Amino acid sequence: MTTPVLTPIADLTARFPGSVTKDERAGYSGFLVAKENLLEVAAAIRDEFGYDLLTAVTGVDYLAENKMEVVYHAYKTTGGPGLVFKVQVDRIDPVTVPSLVNIWPGVDFQEREAWDLLGIKFDGHPDLRRILMWEGYQGHPLRKDWKEPFFEEEVKPFKSRWPDGKHVFAEEKNPFRDNLNFPKNFDPDAYQPEAEKDLYSSLERFTLKSESGLKTDQIVVNMGPHHPSTHGVLRVAVTLEGETIMGLKPVMGYLHRNHDKIGERCTFLQILPYTDRLDYFNSMSNNFGYVITVEKLMKIPVAERAEYIRVIMAELSRIQNHLIFIGMLLNDLGTMYTPSLYAFEERELILDIFEAVSGARMMCNYFRFGGVVRDIPEDVMQKIKGLVQDRLPAKTDEMDRFLSENEVLVGRLKGVHVINAEDAAKFSVTGPVLRAAGVPYDLRRADPYGIYDRFDFDVAVRTHGDMMDNFLIRFDEIRQSLRILEQALKQIPQGPINSQKPQYQVRVPAGEAYGRIESPKGELAYYVVSNGKPNPYRYHVRPPSFVNLTAIEHICRGTKIQDFVALLAMLDIVMGELDR
Amino acid sequence: MYGKGILKGLSVTWKRFWDTYLEDISWILKGKKRYFNEEGIRHRSSKNTRGIFTVQYPEEQLILPEEARYLPFLVYDEGPQGKQEVRCTSCGICAKVCPPQCIWIVRSNDPNTGRPIPEPTEFYIDGDICMNCGFCAEYCPFDAIKMDHDLDIAAYGRNVYNLEKLLKPASYYNLIRPMNAALEEQARRAKEAAKAAKAEASASPAT
Repeated sequence: MTTPVLTPIADLTARFPGSVTKDERAGYSGFLVAKENLLEVAAAIRDEFGYDLLTAVTGVDYLAENKMEVVYHAYKTTGGPGLVFKVQVDRIDPVTVPSLVNIWPGVDFQEREAWDLLGIKFDGHPDLRRILMWEGYQGHPLRKDWKEPFFEEEVKPFKSRWPDGKHVFAEEKNPFRDNLNFPKNFDPDAYQPEAEKDLYSSLERFTLKSESGLKTDQIVVNMGPHHPSTHGVLRVAVTLEGETIMGLKPVMGYLHRNHDKIGERCTFLQILPYTDRLDYFNSMSNNFGYVITVEKLMKIPVAERAEYIRVIMAELSRIQNHLIFIGMLLNDLGTMYTPSLYAFEERELILDIFEAVSGARMMCNYFRFGGVVRDIPEDVMQKIKGLVQDRLPAKTDEMDRFLSENEVLVGRLKGVHVINAEDAAKFSVTGPVLRAAGVPYDLRRADPYGIYDRFDFDVAVRTHGDMMDNFLIRFDEIRQSLRILEQALKQIPQGPINSQKPQYQVRVPAGEAYGRIESPKGELAYYVVSNGKPNPYRYHVRPPSFVNLTAIEHICRGTKIQDFVALLAMLDIVMGELDR
Repeated sequence: MYGKGILKGLSVTWKRFWDTYLEDISWILKGKKRYFNEEGIRHRSSKNTRGIFTVQYPEEQLILPEEARYLPFLVYDEGPQGKQEVRCTSCGICAKVCPPQCIWIVRSNDPNTGRPIPEPTEFYIDGDICMNCGFCAEYCPFDAIKMDHDLDIAAYGRNVYNLEKLLKPASYYNLIRPMNAALEEQARRAKEAAKAAKAEASASPAT
């Protein structure tokens, strides 16, 4: 049980004197890179300093300073702390920053997102279209001077609610007046939306050329947004030649609600229940990521017992997520419902535990800054022990026996390549998919958070990177989670469950924090900027589903259409988190 | 041998199929009812459950744990002659902490002095916006707003609850959350005792 050697953070200022400076604002860290030198510095960060995994790209709109900032978080797949570097540009449209898509292809979607929501243009990005909002949308919603329709007040709590109780229902406001901007003489009834020219032209540009020499026609097929296998409302435009996928573009945003903007309106505490709704299978993990980020900013300790409770909840969540993954994968492959219902049985029992401790089965809202809401009652503790020690190991083995050797399934999964280690790191793919490709990168070990450094467990890793490995690694991870749970249940001490007094408005000092956890689907990270007020100045989620999906085009081009559904299932996406 | 894996898998479904009947027989031999009673439902959501797992809603309903939360309600104490002593002081913390801002309160003012008095004139919760996070109940300093167990709220219109609909007696609260209610009662008693002791201590040197 060794944690990685903490290598000192690379000194960029010595390597690039003049073009790189330390970020010296109070509470901030990292380096400021001049815009002109960004590509050079980024290439050096990857090649000379060895930061091969660029996990997050996002922007911050500093309206008062009249600056736009792009923040990059780079890590090493061998583990250890990360490197933060930023580019500041004047806030004069068009705000442009060089794109890093040629250095880390994984920034593709995240740069598109920053363009979409913040209006930062990335020079050299080959496909800079809107990604979450629809084509033809006006404005960039995360800019600080942007106001949404039915805009009420800058931040919550709204003053109208108390003590005068002046509340207006949203539906009573005329949707065609107020804050909505429409062109003059706009008639909604006569409106004909433009065809999605941008999407199809981009699909065409990225389509492989036929090499068979046969004269064949290519057809475009839209899978989704209401396709039963796309796990929600993901739409994928696919170009087919015969049954080979020649080009593919995912289209998302059908479930978009601008979680980031909602977060910036809320107080720090109020965001918590909204994080439940990101990856709605793992609300406990989502809470975990958010609270450790804010705790980093607040610099508060966590109660000892609460640390154990957090680990127990996060690992139970991982177990049920992976069981559902297995069940739903089989659903996608055509084994309708039997495996998924077997998986749901165990999930229900785990959700019973969540309900008993937190009050809700899915939207738990269980974590608080400094600890958790309430203690685990003794009878629930017994139930967790019963599940972890008796039932879940047996049921995992039963699932394994049920499926893993099935010739039809093996024939379908074995040898169908998902992604290799090098490409996975390039495309910022994290989580089980990266580990199945042979990179033992698990944040619980690579950059431990909470108390994971106290437990004895192995990082599940497989080497082929085919679908079978991606399938089997979930079983490995369930077994490792059970190992962690056994130790946690043995070691959990008595004591208080929160280091802080319960307060409905927390004081968060100014600064920035990037907190990340190993969620069941990959690296879930939050980037929070506080300016000392009750609401965060910038709140950004780096959802694993969204970033992992960046690789889907690379994974699927050249494969058969019937494997597409299974390959998509391997990435384990969930739309609540992908679309935010 | 090709097909061995499939047979192995089928043995699992085969076992699962018979489990329901074996379990039924074992319950009959024990002379107990497995369906449509609490013990049976509890057993079906315990770690020892085997065979059929589903609960036949609405004849059978899952047993909610004490902490289950669904929509807030306001607690009143039953005073003499059926008087409703509303615990809420309209301090507004619930309205401030509410993430979707679905609570709005009109504070009472004394008609003579114009000063606010601790009692809400109006109290609304928009049940269609409420996200059941439980913050209002968690941060209420007077134990006045609590989360309910009532899940059947289907309605034709919008679920906007006013004071009349929100108020429920403390006895109901004690019924759905006995453990929490007892703990809170204990804390209140301790606080009152401390207050009385303090008042006595400050009063005694004067006399």
